[in-house]
Amino acid sequence: MSQEGHDVTIIDQNPDSFRRLSADFIGKRVLGNGIDEDTLRRADVGTADAFVATTNGDNRNIMSVQMAKVRFNVPKVVARIYDPNRAYAYAELGVETICTTCIGAGLMRDMILGNPFGTVQEYLCAGQTSDTQEGGNA
Amino acid sequence: MHKKGPMYVIVVGAGKVGYHLAKTLVQEGHEVLLLEKDRKTVEILQDDLGELIVHGDGCEIRTMSEIGMRRANVVVAVTGDDEDNLVICQMAKRKFGVPRTIARVNDPKNEELFKELGIDQTVSSTRIIFNLLEQQIETGQVIPLAALKKGEIEVVEANVTAGSSVAGMKIGQIDLPPNTLIISVIREEHAIIPHSDTKLREGDSVIAMIKAEREKELRTVFQ
Repeated sequence: MSQEGHDVTIIDQNPDSFRRLSADFIGKRVLGNGIDEDTLRRADVGTADAFVATTNGDNRNIMSVQMAKVRFNVPKVVARIYDPNRAYAYAELGVETICTTCIGAGLMRDMILGNPFGTVQEYLCAGQTSDTQEGGNA
Repeated sequence: MHKKGPMYVIVVGAGKVGYHLAKTLVQEGHEVLLLEKDRKTVEILQDDLGELIVHGDGCEIRTMSEIGMRRANVVVAVTGDDEDNLVICQMAKRKFGVPRTIARVNDPKNEELFKELGIDQTVSSTRIIFNLLEQQIETGQVIPLAALKKGEIEVVEANVTAGSSVAGMKIGQIDLPPNTLIISVIREEHAIIPHSDTKLREGDSVIAMIKAEREKELRTVFQ
């Protein structure tokens, strides 16, 4: 997105992670914890049009985007979530989620079967297992 | 204690707080389930707690269904990670309709966020200890007892110490900050409902209601 001309700020708590950014990344780098209000403030999250959380922790991402939405009024927030059931549950609760597990599994399935690739929406729905239904009806 | 009868309480996180909370609740006659995701911790505590402790991740919907989240009266999330405590309580409340959720907040800054996100109650040990320290160290003669209206109004205790300028004065004579209401004077363990002629003595504790921003002025008056 930075290459497309958007103003991008990256938050990470590991200073080594910034080395992976390409040399032409001109955005801001903020060292800190993405679920710490002070860190988000330092990153000027309050002025952002969108906020995306893609750490390895589902719950961190869920908390981080809700913090951006509720405390800093960011209009568009998206959380990456590995656990399909949790992704579905939070989508239902109004938090926009992308379940990369479901999308990856769906893509691979179609590759193996030689199917044309489906839409993101189709893959997300496939990730909704009976557990979620149980949770809803038990 | 049992006015409302025994409750089904799910405690998530078997650290020291979770462990002692679960034991206390059981002694009070409540049905308790302690959920812990670290298998080793579960094995160690099983000798002591038996079937009361269950191994599982409190954020997973399958686990939540299995332990009967839907019929829980209260869910208490006391893990060491705020993000886990938030997700446990949000899922319990909104996915399983649990009427009351309580989250431990490790970073006191998160208290407000948690409330805005629908968690019924938060407990921050950092905040509690900080308040205790503040009462003893910083405020001197004026001790905050309670905050009302999100901290806008405070109930404070002001002590009349030996050299205090108000010792021997009638309440009506004291130049109190505006919007200060003296509720009671505690003298030798007795609470007096004071009037303007009540004379303050050394050793009295004055309970007053005050606008938070006036606390400093009150402190000066009692010096």
